[in-house]
Amino acid sequence: MESAVALNVNGLSVRFGGLVAIESMTLDVRDGEVLSLIGPNGAGKTTAFNAITGYLPAASGEVSYRGRRLNSLKPNQIAELGVVRTFQKTSVFGGRTVLDNILMGLHLRSAQRPLAIMLGLPAVRREERELETEARRILDFVGLGRRAGELGSALPYGEQRLLEIAIALAARPKLLLLDEPVSGMNPAETAGFMRKLGEIRALGITVLLVEHDMKMVMGVSDRVVCLNQGRIIANGTPAEIQRDPEVIRAYLGERYARALG
Amino acid sequence: MKPALTALWLVFLFSIPLWMADLYVLHVLIITGIFIIAAMSLNLLLGYTGQLSLGHVAFFGIGAYASALMSLGFSVTIAPGVVLSMEPKPVWLAIPVGIAFAAASGWFIGRVSFKVRGAYFVIVSISFAEVIRLVAVNWVELTQGPMALNNIPPLTLWLPGPGEHTFWKKPENYWLVVTVAVACYVVVRRLVHSRAGRAMIALKENEPLATSVGVDVTYYLVITTIVSAAMAGTAGALYAHYVRIVDPDVFLFIYTVTMVIMVMTGGKGTLAGPIVGGLIFGLLPEILRAFQIAPELQWVFYGVLMILVLYFLPEGIVPAVRRGWEHFKHRRTASADAAPTGTVR
Repeated sequence: MESAVALNVNGLSVRFGGLVAIESMTLDVRDGEVLSLIGPNGAGKTTAFNAITGYLPAASGEVSYRGRRLNSLKPNQIAELGVVRTFQKTSVFGGRTVLDNILMGLHLRSAQRPLAIMLGLPAVRREERELETEARRILDFVGLGRRAGELGSALPYGEQRLLEIAIALAARPKLLLLDEPVSGMNPAETAGFMRKLGEIRALGITVLLVEHDMKMVMGVSDRVVCLNQGRIIANGTPAEIQRDPEVIRAYLGERYARALG
Repeated sequence: MKPALTALWLVFLFSIPLWMADLYVLHVLIITGIFIIAAMSLNLLLGYTGQLSLGHVAFFGIGAYASALMSLGFSVTIAPGVVLSMEPKPVWLAIPVGIAFAAASGWFIGRVSFKVRGAYFVIVSISFAEVIRLVAVNWVELTQGPMALNNIPPLTLWLPGPGEHTFWKKPENYWLVVTVAVACYVVVRRLVHSRAGRAMIALKENEPLATSVGVDVTYYLVITTIVSAAMAGTAGALYAHYVRIVDPDVFLFIYTVTMVIMVMTGGKGTLAGPIVGGLIFGLLPEILRAFQIAPELQWVFYGVLMILVLYFLPEGIVPAVRRGWEHFKHRRTASADAAPTGTVR
């Protein structure tokens, strides 16, 4: 039985001036699955992320999440619906502590209003304590518990990438869009992250992944979509994609196909 | 330890008029306190959201003019045959009105500039202050233009029990200004250590990331501008009723620059920064005057001091002192740990 469609992208096109970055892209992300978006550099993977999450306007086509149209919404409104993304270039609040980073990510989970804050109502203080407990729980989940007091920018690269994901998790996503989460991680960190992704999935979070690390993509994905020059050229299970002649020609390369045997 | 230290500070601050007989010193402290309130309000925008409001004096001036006009009463012709007039209102009522006008203009600036950041926000805010200054100079019927609003009534306070009280004496004015300054400090501290403050800092640190986790940056920018403008307006209203004369010069660019200097040297984005900077640049002119240094030399002195501070402590005095203190503490605990076993960790 197939689960319900969470994210529906229908005929999405994005243009930069005369350049067509994405041409009528159509794909579904089903509830609870891990769907990977692969393709050569410049294929439009990150552009697709930006268009889905409201950072870029779509020239045409429609994006909807559980029946709700996302096209005209601002990124923060899309995040409120439970669609949260990370960025390709490492993106943390570098000047703040790791704990503060998570507290900032917990924005949607807290309900304090400015007036209540200025009046110093006890409910605000109570919520602050709860938020801190929650933030430490999230840090423990990604394995950064001991780093809570350090500055975001002081973490080694691999841990900054984990922090980024922890910030996104703090926003309580139902659909998490990860843009090359393991780029810059060493093999051990990547393996650790793959296990972590399994745990994230077990929380009931649907994942849309952009990644170049094929070992990871083929290991974690339920389905893989391959983009080339703004168009979808293949869509199937990892096993199908690895044998797709079009994908091998445009992206994976003959050597990869031979290595598979 | 910490609450005791705070209490000690407050006792010290409030006790000054009891042992300081020199009224001139009190006057300087009152003016400095008013400027510190303004600097704190600027710090909220500049230090936490990262937006430089170079027209910040507009909010100060609007608070001053609105409160002064309410307490003096006015009568203006807004259209042929239509006259808007207002009877003088008590000062304790005029001040909240002044604050409300400043807050409303903050809302306006926040709304119109919601899409602009950085340099463009600076330009919008400067232009706004200049427009307001020109209005104050040219709308003579309302503001008396360069002739200034004179004989503004002094500060009053109304309480349900004792009724109205007029602040004629310097110590009373001092206590009022310190109370307002402490209240503003508490409001800023609460905001900063809350969801709202984190949203502001997130906006400054990394706006795309902030929006990706659901922070409505426009909303928080507008809220911060309103609070900041209201606070600057409070300082302006206190100024108007303390000095008791307001002219369009309150909108001069140099006052904004003074506030920016206070915030930058003290340390933007720190709670104590504007206070330290405000004390230095508020009291320094008087200290230099006591040494009979000519005014021209004083200006040179400020310039040199500011360049030195920003060159050697680019983040400002407060962060530098804090880092030095932590370094010192760290070294002390490290040597204490190492001493008994004689090993170096």
